Amino acid sequence: MDWAYQSSFSIEGGNFENAGKASIEIKKILKNLKISDEILRRTAIVVYESELNIISYADQGVINLSVTGDKILISVDDVGPGIEDIELAMQEGYSTATDRIREMGFGAGMGLLNIKNCSDELQIFSEVNKGTHLSIIINRMERES
Amino acid sequence: MNLAFLVDKLELRTACCENRLAREVQGGYVGDLLSDVIANSKQGDVWITRQSHQNIVAVAALREHAGIILALGAEPGADTLNKADREGIPVFTTGLSSFAVAGMIYSLMNTQ
Repeated sequence: MDWAYQSSFSIEGGNFENAGKASIEIKKILKNLKISDEILRRTAIVVYESELNIISYADQGVINLSVTGDKILISVDDVGPGIEDIELAMQEGYSTATDRIREMGFGAGMGLLNIKNCSDELQIFSEVNKGTHLSIIINRMERES
Repeated sequence: MNLAFLVDKLELRTACCENRLAREVQGGYVGDLLSDVIANSKQGDVWITRQSHQNIVAVAALREHAGIILALGAEPGADTLNKADREGIPVFTTGLSSFAVAGMIYSLMNTQ
């Protein structure tokens, strides 16, 4: 397959000092690839929430970004506690965040939902005490609405 | 309406990026939950918040906000200002509440 772009970004769990760094870098790359504003917006939200999930909950993780002619593929793999009940984690307002995380305005229980709302396809696999994998597709052709 | 106009009318203190006050303000958003702000704010918004830690800069940079107004006397730390400077995001402080700041900006926008 012809990749327009492909890269990986390592994220360190617990490192709030660098939170958003990978997302900003990815957004700059996509802007240079002339991705449209709306697709850029959705991708930025997906990547930011994924990055913050790794930082907030996991030990470490990787965000893989691939851009093809018609799709943006984002896969996220982390080593960490995993998600016990994915259905519950998808519910708005549900969060296992610590007070420290909440004080910064994270952990509002909106992250996975934001990812879902901005994705055309989302798959989540998780194993408790091992880690979580997200597979996200955003179509570059803008959707209706 | 640009940032310089808001600084003047609301008597804001500019904490970062004084050279970028010509930026146009398209609208505003009030929020302290970062997931809410990143999902629901718009490009060109001025973001009004009580959060003053360094992570607000990435949110404003990703959504391309015109600037951030820290309400109710919240003061940004050096790490926040360093990041804001690097990303070119103007940061302002005020003793006014988020409600008052939003109300004033809203009424300025609608009388322009």
